[in-house]
Amino acid sequence: MNPVSHEHCRCSVEIQNLTVKKHGSVILQDINLSVHHAQILALIGRNGAGKSTLLKALLGRIPCEGTVLYRDHEGKVISNPHIGYVPQHLSFDRSAPVTVCDLLCAGLQRRPVWLRPKKAMREKAAAMLHTVGARDFLLSQRLGNLSGGELQRVLLAFALEPMPDLLLLDEPVSAMDRPGIRQFYELVTSLREEYHMPVILVSHDLSHVQKYASRVALLDQTILLEGETEEVLCSEEVRETFGLPAGLFREKGGEA
Amino acid sequence: MDILYSVLDTLLPFDWAEYAFMKNALLAVWLITPLFGLVGTVVVSNRMSFFSDALGHCALTGIAVGVMMGIDNYMISMLGFALLFALLISAVLETGTSSSDTVIGVFSSTGMALGIVLLSAFGGFSKYSSYLVGDILTVQPEEILLLFLLLLAVILLWIFFYNPLLLTGLNEDLAAGKNIRVRFVSRLFSVVVAVIVTVSIKWVGILIINSLLVLPAATARNVARSSRSYLFFSVLFSMVAGISGLILSYYLGTSAGGTIVLISALLFFLSWIGGKWAGRARR
Repeated sequence: MNPVSHEHCRCSVEIQNLTVKKHGSVILQDINLSVHHAQILALIGRNGAGKSTLLKALLGRIPCEGTVLYRDHEGKVISNPHIGYVPQHLSFDRSAPVTVCDLLCAGLQRRPVWLRPKKAMREKAAAMLHTVGARDFLLSQRLGNLSGGELQRVLLAFALEPMPDLLLLDEPVSAMDRPGIRQFYELVTSLREEYHMPVILVSHDLSHVQKYASRVALLDQTILLEGETEEVLCSEEVRETFGLPAGLFREKGGEA
Repeated sequence: MDILYSVLDTLLPFDWAEYAFMKNALLAVWLITPLFGLVGTVVVSNRMSFFSDALGHCALTGIAVGVMMGIDNYMISMLGFALLFALLISAVLETGTSSSDTVIGVFSSTGMALGIVLLSAFGGFSKYSSYLVGDILTVQPEEILLLFLLLLAVILLWIFFYNPLLLTGLNEDLAAGKNIRVRFVSRLFSVVVAVIVTVSIKWVGILIINSLLVLPAATARNVARSSRSYLFFSVLFSMVAGISGLILSYYLGTSAGGTIVLISALLFFLSWIGGKWAGRARR
């Protein structure tokens, strides 16, 4: 682990010996990872390697062994960390009478959203939408009426406030077209530069990983390999896992 | 209570409002319908309508246990059993071994069958068959106070816990990211449903209690676009159906519960057609 002591460093995450067992079988074993402020760690691996399980474990949705430590810029442990989570595909009831404003305000305040939101709160929600490049007319829209790209932005806005100590992104592949995905990544990269939070990104597309990630971890039940983006993408292990021709990323640096 | 009665006499100079049992029933409906309207919104949003139905069915076993133990007030044994049942279902569901409708279906039929078997063995089933349909006209003044306290508790819960409930119902992973203890929130709500189903089953009946819980919220969904209007319409539809159903049942000489449900269902279909029509007009 590199000691990081920049003044604007916000937070870092250390995952130590994380193990997940389900019905007696081991799904994840001895995961050791650390992500520093303003780093995007891309998590890659074949289907069923345990990427989503790792995200769920970090969210506290499934029981796991081991420790996950969140440290602030002074190295002190944050006991109750905020985790921003943007799922790849949000499964929810599309007919639910929940507006974007309801969602954003429910994440911000204790005041129940069935009361009329205070003006300041509505303005804050609008500002959150502006941060992610969405217009504030979305506030009164029902979640179920949003397009894939709009929903992704709203979820990102939802994840960013209150400022997360860790941002978890599941690559939005199914709901968006290619320009939409590119915009999404550019947004994430610029937000990271502005807010300096650590980001863990689950990706299925190695060309995106090469373009946007600062580090890469190859997962298959445990971390097979972790390091600088180029280094990992050019490795034998990644080529084998994804069935890539030799030297793809060194020469073309393109599609996977 | 006497003050309430005289207020009702001056406000409602109708012949149906002359009888004390009608006044009690009206007060009970005034309390029980907003209660069901509120709780129903989350039951429907969090896909728990089958769960609340199962809790209604298992009330029969609760009564049977009460009869066996020789308790006079079956509410205690019903409540105990419903809570046990609710937490048991949640625990089995969390293991994720079978789909939720299967698990709940199994529990629901077990609760019903066990109740029938035990009651027929120990007390004679027919004595307790009134619980199947319920009768709002039998409500007593002290029970109205209980309903009032229950409504108050649910309103407090809705003030402090509505946002976590909303997020949990929308998507549990999303809620977990906001430091919401998803499991605690959903268990708490299961307990709330268990309590209100059990307390009101005597007046509403096992067979139709779930309609009263689900129909107003389902109706509100046809017209509501935000959380605020959802809650408002659900309570409104619930109260309109409850009060008009009670009055209508007096004049028609029909069962109050059944009449209320029929009016709720009518409102549902009207709102469904209205919602479709409005949706087409917007496009």
